Parts: sequence; structure tokens; C-alpha cells
Amino acid sequence: MARRIPLPVWLAVGLVLALVLPETGWLSPYILLVITYVGINMILAVSLNLVNGYMGEFSVGHAGFMAIGAYTASVLTVWVFPRDASPVLFPLALLAGGAVAAVAGLGLAFPSFRTRGDHLAIVTLAFLMIVKSVLENMPSLGGPRGFMGMDKLTTLGWVFASVTGSVWLARNLVHSRWGRGVLSIREDETAAGLVGVDTRRVKVVVFTVSAFLAGIAGGLFAHAIQFINPRSFTLLKSTDMLVMVYLGGIGSLGGSLLGATVYTLVLEGLRPGLQSLGIAQEWRLVFAPLLLILLMLKRPLGILGFREFRFLVPRDEREKPGRQAERKTP
Amino acid sequence: MSFLSVEEVSRSFGGVRAVSGFRLDIGEGELVALIGPNGAGKTTVFNLITGVYRPDAGAILFRGKSLVGVPPHRIVDQGIARTFQNIRLFRDLTVLDNVRAAQFGRTPTTVWGALLRTPGCRRDERRVVDSSRAFLAALGLEGEAGTLARNLPYGRQRRLEIARALATRPALLLLDEPAAGMNPAEVEEMMELILRLRKEFSLTVLLIEHQMRMVMGAAERIVVLEFGETIAEGTPEEIRTNPTVVAAYLGGEVT
Repeated sequence: MARRIPLPVWLAVGLVLALVLPETGWLSPYILLVITYVGINMILAVSLNLVNGYMGEFSVGHAGFMAIGAYTASVLTVWVFPRDASPVLFPLALLAGGAVAAVAGLGLAFPSFRTRGDHLAIVTLAFLMIVKSVLENMPSLGGPRGFMGMDKLTTLGWVFASVTGSVWLARNLVHSRWGRGVLSIREDETAAGLVGVDTRRVKVVVFTVSAFLAGIAGGLFAHAIQFINPRSFTLLKSTDMLVMVYLGGIGSLGGSLLGATVYTLVLEGLRPGLQSLGIAQEWRLVFAPLLLILLMLKRPLGILGFREFRFLVPRDEREKPGRQAERKTP
Repeated sequence: MSFLSVEEVSRSFGGVRAVSGFRLDIGEGELVALIGPNGAGKTTVFNLITGVYRPDAGAILFRGKSLVGVPPHRIVDQGIARTFQNIRLFRDLTVLDNVRAAQFGRTPTTVWGALLRTPGCRRDERRVVDSSRAFLAALGLEGEAGTLARNLPYGRQRRLEIARALATRPALLLLDEPAAGMNPAEVEEMMELILRLRKEFSLTVLLIEHQMRMVMGAAERIVVLEFGETIAEGTPEEIRTNPTVVAAYLGGEVT
């Protein structure tokens, strides 16, 4: 076997490609946008996987956190930051979007995780509806018409950096006491509490980090298509995330990266596909929910459920007998 | 001051009084067995002590501090750990990760430290892994660190539950039928294991057990529960000859 190329080399190559490729003009703007979507969806899938996969809860409200991140970052780059400085300050806008989404996540997590039970799905559904109505009823933010005026600040470079950063944060969290806490909650919440896991705190922490990542993705999204409105962040968006998580594999960051890539490409591929077959484009909207039903019934763990790529495991964890040890083959 | 003192604790579920006016005093270092027929309220006593249930009435003091209303993980932090009658391992985690998870409360890693994987976080992780391996070794499970808990044979799952409980660094260990479903040789082995661990980790032990061999062989004091009430208390010899106990529970088994 050839010698393993270390991860930093891969990352450096990736960053250079992300910076250089758009300049060459080899790739059409459409292809660049699809790659951007893949990146954004990777962050969203990782974010949702923390809650639905690792924690074993069920959130359908992540489109709401994405919306909060999108509007926050957009308001900053359009109204607050000086126009010329915006490209430089863009990461600050993204982080701010993530931070505001995280605060919303914290506010939602506290009451939701007060008691045990499976009502997170309902609470997050209500949250999503509230976010949408609030945005629709804020004329200053464009109301139902939406918010525009953002520059196209989401370059491939920022997408790459954001994906890398998000995956790194999620990986670190998963391989800490918080990550093992959240997995033990998934396994048996009562037993987790009885071996000293502060279950409520762990859930609040992980949910908040998850909301933060969704907020980052929202900021990237807003500055990629330069126009957002409340309808961009509906239950259908959350459904997309669910499909990516359950397709790629729950409890696996690699699964989320894979799920996001496959799903985004397939969905884009359906455009010309349906056209050539003479089927209306509206059928694309049926695809995601249908796939979700099939996955939940047939393969609830997803492609990589609870298995992980080596490069997504911290170096000092690799040699330990990990949870992947026995799951090399599905 | 006694180590653990349960004072006149009652708890009902619906109309059923699971435990009624239950008293128990355990001194530091003691090994006490709690016996009684099925449904007598033994596991309820464990659930009351560990904060799963809140007593309707009465007080529970551990080292002089009240445990009533304290959440389970805080009770663990104070030094009480337990195992379960029906094994409740984290089945899809490895043996090692089961024990690591139990050190949540003994690890200082902050959220920020974890997110950024600071040197402090990595040091904590190393310490947790080293001590986890030591706990596994104490239970003879070091060779199975990478096995998923669900794939362990039954007897080893019981051992892993004990390892996981020990990883929380308890002073008081509550064992809920550790020898359930074992044959006489295995019971003997489990008894010796408990006695050894008790010495090695200076534990106070409260034991629920049906296997009389183990109860009579290991316990210094026995409390007999029936229909949620204590009907007898004493040394194994006293219990063996106590007519109430013999009538209520042991029947003709003990001669």
C-alpha cells in the first residue's frame, strides 16, 4: 500500500483548489454553485446529525436556525459592515450568524430538555413556524418578499474553510466527554444519568453547537444566492437535511459528508433527468420525502451508520479500539 | 453519623405502596444484603437512593447530606454508583467507551476545551482512557476493550456493569442481583469478585440478591423486605433462624 498522505496535505490541496479553480474559468458558474451547495449541505448534515444521529433526538427545526444565520449575516454585510470591507469581514458575519442561531438554539434547548420525552420534534416544528412567521411579518427585513442586496461573498474558499472548520469542531466534540455523554444518552438515558452523565446539560450543549453550525450554513447560503426569503427556510429544507443525515448514516460525520454530496448531486441531476423524460420539475419536491420514507423503513442507519472514516477520528483516538472496531463491514 | 441512612422512606405508585416506612442504616465499609420475595420493593429502594424516584415521605442521607430531590448524576458525583437487575449497558458502544462514558462527572473538560481539542482536553482524555483500562483490568475485561458491549457474553456484561459503576469512583456501591441467572460456580466467582473489589476500592456495598449462597456467604448484615416493609434485620445466622423470615420468604429452603 502506498504511504498515507497526511490530512494537512489534503487540506492544503483542497484549499488551493478551492481558491484557484473558480479563477481558471474551467468550471461554469452553475457547477461552482452546485459545489457550493454541496459544501453548505455538508455543514447542515453534520449539524443535524449531532442531534438526530448522535443524540438520538429528532429535530425538524434546523431550517429555522439556518434562517436565523442567513438573515443575521445578511443584515451585517448589507447594512452594518462598510461595503468595501465586507469580503474581509465576511467570516465575522458568518460567525455572528452562527452565534445568534446558537443563542436561539440555547433558548429552545432549555425548556425542551427540561423533561425527558420525545417532544423535541414538535417543539422544533413549532419553532420553525415561528421563525418563518416572524420573518414574514418584519417589513424591515423585507417581510415575505425577502431580503436582498448581499454581494456574492460565498466563495469556494470560504465554503471550504467553513466545512473544514465545522467538521473539525463537530469531530472534536464527538470525541470528548460530551460526545460520549450524548451517545450514552442515545443508548439509555436513565442509565447515562445513573453513571454520572449530566444528561440535560449534555443535550443543551450539543443542541446549541448544532444550531451554531446550521447558522453558519445559513450565512453561506444567503451570500451564495444573494437573495433570501422566509420561504427558503421551510419544512422542506429541514426534510432535505433529514434525508442527507439518514442517507449518509447517523452517528457518522463521514456519513453526513457523503450523504450531503450524494443527495445534492442527485437532486441536481434530476433537473435534466426529469426534463429529458418529459416529467414536470415539481416531482423533484416529492423525491426527498419519498427517499426519507424509504430510508427510515429500509436502512435506518444509513450508508455509514456509526462508522467513521479514519481521517475524521482524532489522531490520539485512532489506535484505540473504537466503536468502529467491529463494524468494518456493514 | 452513619454512612447511608434511609429514614422512614415511603413511595407509592398509583395505589400501590412499593416501599413503606423503610429504614436502613449502613456504616462505612459494611456489606449489607437486601433480600425479599419478588416485588417486595428492593429495586425501588435502589431507585429511591439513586434519585430515579423521589420518596413521598422520609429522608435519605448520605454522609450527612440529603439526597432527596438531587438529580441522579449529582448523586453519582457524591459517590454512589449502581448496577441494574436487567443489565443496562450502552449496548452499541464498545466496552472501553462504556467505562469512559461513566467518567463524565470525573472529567473537567469544558465545552470550549472539547470543541477546540485543547491540550488540556487531550490530557483529560488520556487520563480517562488509562483509568478506564485499569477498571477493565480489575474486572478481567482488558482483552475485550474494543468489543461492542452487546456482543459480550452475559456474565461478562455483568462484570462490565460493575466496571462502569466503579469508574464513577463510588464510595457506596449498590448491586442489583449481580448473580442473577448464574450457576453455582459462577455465583461463587461473582461473590469472590465482589469481596475482592470491596477491599481493593474500599467500598461500602448494598447488595440485592436472590442467590442465598451469595447472601449468606458475603453479607455481614441482612435486611429482609416484604410488601415494602422491613420484616427482619440481622446477621446471616439470625436471619437464617428467624421464624418470620423463614415463613415469609425462605420457606423450607434453609435447613
